[in-house]
Amino acid sequence: MPRAATKRLVAGRGRYLDDISMKGEYYAAFLRSPYPHASFAVTDIAAATAHSGVVRVLTADDIDEVCSSWKCVLRNAPDMVSPEQRALARDRTAFQGEPVAMVIARSRAIAEDALELISVDWSELPAVTSLETAASDPGVRTHLHLENNLCWTFQQGAGDPESAFAKAGHVVRKRLDFARKTGVPLETRGILASYDAAANAMLVHISHQMPYQFQLHVSELLGMSLPDVRVVCSDVGGGFGIKMHVYPEEIAVCAASKLLGRPVKFVADRIESMLSDVHAREHIIEGRMAIDEMGIITAIEVDDIQGLGAYSVYPRSSTAEAMSTLRAVGGPYRFDHYSARLRSVLQNKVMTGQYRSVGHPIATAITECLVEEAARVRGESSIAFRRRNFLDRTMMPWISPAGARMIDLSHHACLDRLLALIGHDEMRDRIETWRSQGRIVGLGLASFVEFTATGAEAYGRAGVPVASVDTVVLTLDPTGHVRAQASASEIGQGIQQGLAQIIADAVGISTDRVRVGLGDTASAPYGGGAWSSRGAAIAGEAAWRAGRKLQQQILAVAAKMLQADPEALDVRAGRVVNRDSGIDRLSVGDVAHTAVFRPFDLPPETQPQLTASHTWGRDSDPFLPTNGIQASLVEVDKASGLVRPLRHWVVEDCGRIINPLLVDEQIRGGVVQGIGEALYEACRYTEDGQFGSGTLADYLLPMAADLPDITISHVETPYSGTLLGAKGAGEAGTCAAPAAVLNAVNDALAPFGGCINALPISPAAVLRAIGSLPPDDTQ
Amino acid sequence: MKPPRFEYACPQSLTEALDLLDEHKSNAAVLAGGQSLVPILNLRMAKPAIVIDINRIPDLDTISSNGRQISIGARARHNDVLRSPHVRLHLPLLAQALEHVAHEAIRNRGTLGGSLALADPAAELPACTVCLDAEIVVRSNRGERKITASDFFKRIYSTALEEDEIITRIDFPIEDSFWRFRFDEIARRQGDFAIAGLAFAARCDEAKVTECRIVFAGVEESPRRIPELEEIFIGANVADEENIQRAKAAVADVIEPLTGGELSPAYRLHVVRELLARVVRDLAHPDMARSLSHECL
Repeated sequence: MPRAATKRLVAGRGRYLDDISMKGEYYAAFLRSPYPHASFAVTDIAAATAHSGVVRVLTADDIDEVCSSWKCVLRNAPDMVSPEQRALARDRTAFQGEPVAMVIARSRAIAEDALELISVDWSELPAVTSLETAASDPGVRTHLHLENNLCWTFQQGAGDPESAFAKAGHVVRKRLDFARKTGVPLETRGILASYDAAANAMLVHISHQMPYQFQLHVSELLGMSLPDVRVVCSDVGGGFGIKMHVYPEEIAVCAASKLLGRPVKFVADRIESMLSDVHAREHIIEGRMAIDEMGIITAIEVDDIQGLGAYSVYPRSSTAEAMSTLRAVGGPYRFDHYSARLRSVLQNKVMTGQYRSVGHPIATAITECLVEEAARVRGESSIAFRRRNFLDRTMMPWISPAGARMIDLSHHACLDRLLALIGHDEMRDRIETWRSQGRIVGLGLASFVEFTATGAEAYGRAGVPVASVDTVVLTLDPTGHVRAQASASEIGQGIQQGLAQIIADAVGISTDRVRVGLGDTASAPYGGGAWSSRGAAIAGEAAWRAGRKLQQQILAVAAKMLQADPEALDVRAGRVVNRDSGIDRLSVGDVAHTAVFRPFDLPPETQPQLTASHTWGRDSDPFLPTNGIQASLVEVDKASGLVRPLRHWVVEDCGRIINPLLVDEQIRGGVVQGIGEALYEACRYTEDGQFGSGTLADYLLPMAADLPDITISHVETPYSGTLLGAKGAGEAGTCAAPAAVLNAVNDALAPFGGCINALPISPAAVLRAIGSLPPDDTQ
Repeated sequence: MKPPRFEYACPQSLTEALDLLDEHKSNAAVLAGGQSLVPILNLRMAKPAIVIDINRIPDLDTISSNGRQISIGARARHNDVLRSPHVRLHLPLLAQALEHVAHEAIRNRGTLGGSLALADPAAELPACTVCLDAEIVVRSNRGERKITASDFFKRIYSTALEEDEIITRIDFPIEDSFWRFRFDEIARRQGDFAIAGLAFAARCDEAKVTECRIVFAGVEESPRRIPELEEIFIGANVADEENIQRAKAAVADVIEPLTGGELSPAYRLHVVRELLARVVRDLAHPDMARSLSHECL
């Protein structure tokens, strides 16, 4: 069913951050470093301060009085080196766009005028941007006080990969280069912070995915008690992981409000968003796969270099992306030997962080490219190869050599469904026909495992205070409506609707009698917010169990009213009925009305309870696996090397589906972002660190007119660890779409002997692969 | 980004506008559709002292025909030009090109005069005016001038317009029925600026080309006729395969592609060659014309 909230949003009644105003608010703009690496001193703010309409000009000296610096630290990775970061930089900036001063004025336009009047002495320093240079050359350092650019190195292994490679029937290898990209939520980041000196309290409105996390860090950094900081997230126009980090500007705005005692508002414009939102997925990954004579994968080895930017993002660490990649390599396949090496390097670029499907697309791409290569050297279909190597249902639960527990997955069923959906054999015939007509067409597959609803151990053991349990509190009002407060976050993915449906089903009333509130730390219970596709899997489970409890409470009161046994009653469609016969006895509203207004009608000492809550977190499976398979059909234009996706298919298993419409739209949106990753999106920096993708004319987003129909089908294997059986679905589309498109393009190019190994796929690279441009035309 | 401070004037007549332009010269920016100017202001890439809004001036957007030429007012909106019966009948090249210009909402506001005055090398309409031998009529307090399109576009973002002049209308000669026109372009995404666009016209008498006009968009600093390529097509069937191959081979010698940016000169030249072949073949066989956007499965 469509979301109840959709009408309100479409009617222009959304309350996004910029729609929210407070009396007496001021507006902030930031002076940002124009250099990728520089030392600096702010020499004159007098002219800016004197400019008409300016209230204050703030630098690190001002902010540091009320605000601490922070540093990304992982207790279980003590070797990780990430420097201190502050709300406004002091002495040195390490990426183009790093904020160094802040103007507070009566309008944003005035603040921008005043920025031009601030005098800063800049001294450019050498900058390191490329991954390979950062990894290998300590001569140019992202931070002068560090020995080199290595933030962290990590190795893991299982079995005996060396020996497996030594005696393999075939070894295939592949290197893939991924360009940085970013999330581009439709609504940019924004915050309105208001400090009340009389109460020593801070009210923060923010477009964010996890109000509680933000509350925690604001209170820590500004030295306030947690309950004195209230964070309210109203409508959020997309997050995708971009809005789950601690950003210097947002902390600066809170600090500024504390200094001024007035509300301060900052909304990032699109250039700022492109320049300073977290980026993601800048990797060079080399993979090898060992296959025995029977065509079984015996070992996989990867060497991953990840670009972090100038700091490891706080508090979760940018390295989480690469760790997610290493965990997801090998995805749906059964193999025994694994070796992975990671180097996370610092660069003079903006920080990277979690972005939809965190790390998985890279793992899926390297795995599925190796699989295609393996099938090719064996001279067999990659479908047969996958079938032989998929982890079978009878083998589960199984702990992969990457350390993940595989349970309740359906690789073979999804493959069969996909082949039927495509009409695979007829499709391959049609491709042959098109090729004989001179068209360059290809079909690519990508099967995947996507880990969702991350549990407590991932961050807990690192000492990072991330809540992975969620709570739902329900109250029955005297008219029989249920008011719910949940610790999940609505960021446009529809969880508010999903929770309403679950609660309604659990209690026995219709969905339109449930109101779900979330996003306000003053009323919602503490919990995780929106990340890692956890809404249905975690908060949904809490909602189900809370709903069941409330139903029991209703029946307990009804039983007293009817002098019956509560076991003999049930709640259905908002009525209390006899469980066996279905005979209607009372309305839920009657029960509530009596309990609130006429408790004397109940036996003495009944003390009716009509508020129930449940907190749920997963004890086992720190990463809840889901699976699926995608296919992409593409055509390459000979004239330009442009790739046009013609069709896209997804078969996905996310367990029990609460709202099919919302799940499918999440998958579609994810696929679109994955196609963007494969074909269009890149955050470009010059060799010397100048950022070149500041507008949507330079950063190419996939547009509806250029996208194919996306057909979706589901297999439902409920998660055996919960009553609801729901798993995460929000990121599955992005997980494998880049790999599917890459494999499709390489299938199209195979007759020419060429191959693409870098995303986004460049038209010039395609022309080189078909021989239309010389190989040394390197653009 | 917010624009820097500027004065704003909204003249109600052309005379008033020209007076303002005369007074402020290069410190003024003319606002018509605003589809280029407003982002430029917001990015603070331009800081005019005054913005002269010409949207209230009467008679600047009419599209008319006197039998010998079609006159399009400088402030005619792209969608009005695209849908004009005069344009569809007599200037099909313009209508074809406008299908590639930006997106619907932008075409509702953007103007022909605005596109010509900006002279973005990747824009479609400047190339069309050169291909169609248009005359660009400009006015200042000093009087009126007519500038042929091939003389109007000088360099990247640079035209023959003086700092006190405004384009008032563009006149397109109505050609005889032997002329055939075709515009096509290759762009990264639908609506993007062209990687390469081509405005092609051929006058065909008894299946032989007697005159040919070739103008590229998005390839060089400014649009111009390419006589070395045009001569190759004269005297034979327009889609003569040998001529197509000769023209493709000659491209690298006569075109000076833009440098810098993500696309290498070699890439752009390749696209130019392929586009030329495609446009010429599509012109000869319009019912077999296929572009990627019309793929069916």
